[in-house]
Amino acid sequence: MSRKVFGRPRSLKPAVFHYCPGCGHSIIHRLTCEVIDDLGIRERTIGVPPAGCAVLAYFYFDVDMVEAPHGRGAAVATGIKRIQPDRLVFSYQGDGDLAAIGTAETIHAANRGERITIIFVNNACYGMTGGQMAPTSLVGMETTTTPGGRDPLAHGAPIRICELLKVFDGVAYLERTAVDTPKNIRRTKKAIRRAFQAQMEGRGFSLVEVLSPCPTNWKKTAVESVHWIGEVMSKQFPLGLVKDFEDGAGSSAACGPNEPASTTAADGGNSDAD
Amino acid sequence: MTTTEPKIEKRLMRGNDAVGEAAIRAGCRAYFGYPITPQNELCEYMARNVPRMDRGVFIQSESEIAAINMVLGASVSGARVMTSSSSPGVSLKQEGISFLAAMELPAVIVNVVRGGPGLGNIAPAQSDYFQATRGGGHGDYRTIVLGAASVQELYDLTIEAFDLADEYRTPVLILSDGMLGQMMEPVVFGKEPRKDLPVKDWTLTGCAGRDSRFIRSLLLDVNVEEAHNWKLFRKYHQIERREVRCETYRTEDAKIVVVAYGTSARIARGAVNRAREQGLAVGLIRPITLWPFPKEIIRETAKHTKHFFVFEMSMGQMVEDVRLALNGAAEVHFYGRPGGVIVTPAELLRIVARQYHQIERGAA
Repeated sequence: MSRKVFGRPRSLKPAVFHYCPGCGHSIIHRLTCEVIDDLGIRERTIGVPPAGCAVLAYFYFDVDMVEAPHGRGAAVATGIKRIQPDRLVFSYQGDGDLAAIGTAETIHAANRGERITIIFVNNACYGMTGGQMAPTSLVGMETTTTPGGRDPLAHGAPIRICELLKVFDGVAYLERTAVDTPKNIRRTKKAIRRAFQAQMEGRGFSLVEVLSPCPTNWKKTAVESVHWIGEVMSKQFPLGLVKDFEDGAGSSAACGPNEPASTTAADGGNSDAD
Repeated sequence: MTTTEPKIEKRLMRGNDAVGEAAIRAGCRAYFGYPITPQNELCEYMARNVPRMDRGVFIQSESEIAAINMVLGASVSGARVMTSSSSPGVSLKQEGISFLAAMELPAVIVNVVRGGPGLGNIAPAQSDYFQATRGGGHGDYRTIVLGAASVQELYDLTIEAFDLADEYRTPVLILSDGMLGQMMEPVVFGKEPRKDLPVKDWTLTGCAGRDSRFIRSLLLDVNVEEAHNWKLFRKYHQIERREVRCETYRTEDAKIVVVAYGTSARIARGAVNRAREQGLAVGLIRPITLWPFPKEIIRETAKHTKHFFVFEMSMGQMVEDVRLALNGAAEVHFYGRPGGVIVTPAELLRIVARQYHQIERGAA
């Protein structure tokens, strides 16, 4: 007798990832899908992919998805969640998308305590456009737009998003993880689950920042890239829990009077859409 | 004696408030906006009234960009949704409007136009005609553009805008201006939203009982993108055939026909009446849909009128559409005052009458 102990998550389409060898997106996609399956929420989840390498996420996630303009994931997710408060809404965004062009949308969604979750993939560069400097690029890091290395006097220092968002009352959960080791991959899955839990319990805004390898643009092998995360990148972006609703984070009042306190199963919370 | 006739409600309202009331009566339960003069009363009207609706959603967003993207999220969720702003703010929304058009998502966007370019001023103007009627954002697309000329028409066209947006799955723009938005007129709440619109079977609500689906605008294969553009333009051609709205006034025997929309059409109407009192055969064509533009009516009128006089509160934008419609079939004259200046009917009459007499002299 054999027993199946490992398989493709139901929420992950049987498609071949287009991502480069050694890229972290495929791992993070899979982890997110595993959590969606574990929670049994595939049929009431709506995802928002970014502009960036993960723009084609709708070819992989077997859930409803809508593309957001570059940086606007948090605003699009806000619109969806406010209309469909009983659905799980997440955006999946990279560092250029979230921490540069979409900074305002991110900060204000967090401050309003929107019940959305952001999977924030930090690979310290603009991946899809060819490895330009991102707000998260490390000091001294060579990119196509910082050929002499990132100079903090000219380009600023890396933005630590979790630490930045921590101060907002509406934020219920923040954790920084990485997908460089099996242990950290498991930790990432737990963090995504916790973030979704924060949303489903109406605790407030949640975000998981995942340090993710980009061997192509880092000009490293896949193995060198995961080592670089552990040895260099995570020194700049320390891993760990930054904020958790069990410690009183988040604000049940932050979302304002628009959202009903409870949604009845009868109307599904969304007759417009039916 | 009692009557069983249903009493149609009538109220003295500011233009901005009338748009808000119409939106709510059209079932718009989601509004996202950002303060900017001269549209603030609309944002405030929605703040007071939308949260009272069943599951109504109002957010004062952090920016115009965020607002239009919240609109996108509400629209994919199936809600009737609106945002409003004034000229500089509408410029910021253009990226989102392009996405809405590409993704075939219904939404209503109100522009209470003010003087420009740049920060300009807060006086009424018509200088956003190009931006509104040419798509405004990047890429090949059109938006339906409705130009109201009274508070009543703002009310009626707002209800119509939601119906058109849903019918064609496309963003619809309402062009108001600082004058229409701020002035008060009686409004009859007679117009009702249509009940025969197609079911929204494309919304993203979670994939319960069906396959998952996605809505996107990224089409990397050039052939697929081209096919999508053709699909959009087949829809736009259908809109051009079916949805042109236009008012004609005393054009039958006119030697000069004034073409004007919105606030300038009201001024022009006053000038036409005065011209007629002086025995001058002057008429008026008032486009109500600025896109699709009433080309046919203008062409038809050119069969008996050889002089068109375009009047705009801008340096001349709609005048290009009039010239394109006529394609040389008649003379096109223009008078415009940009920067938020409001022309009086007497001033316009003076200019039109001078033109009229020149034409008469030339003919003699």
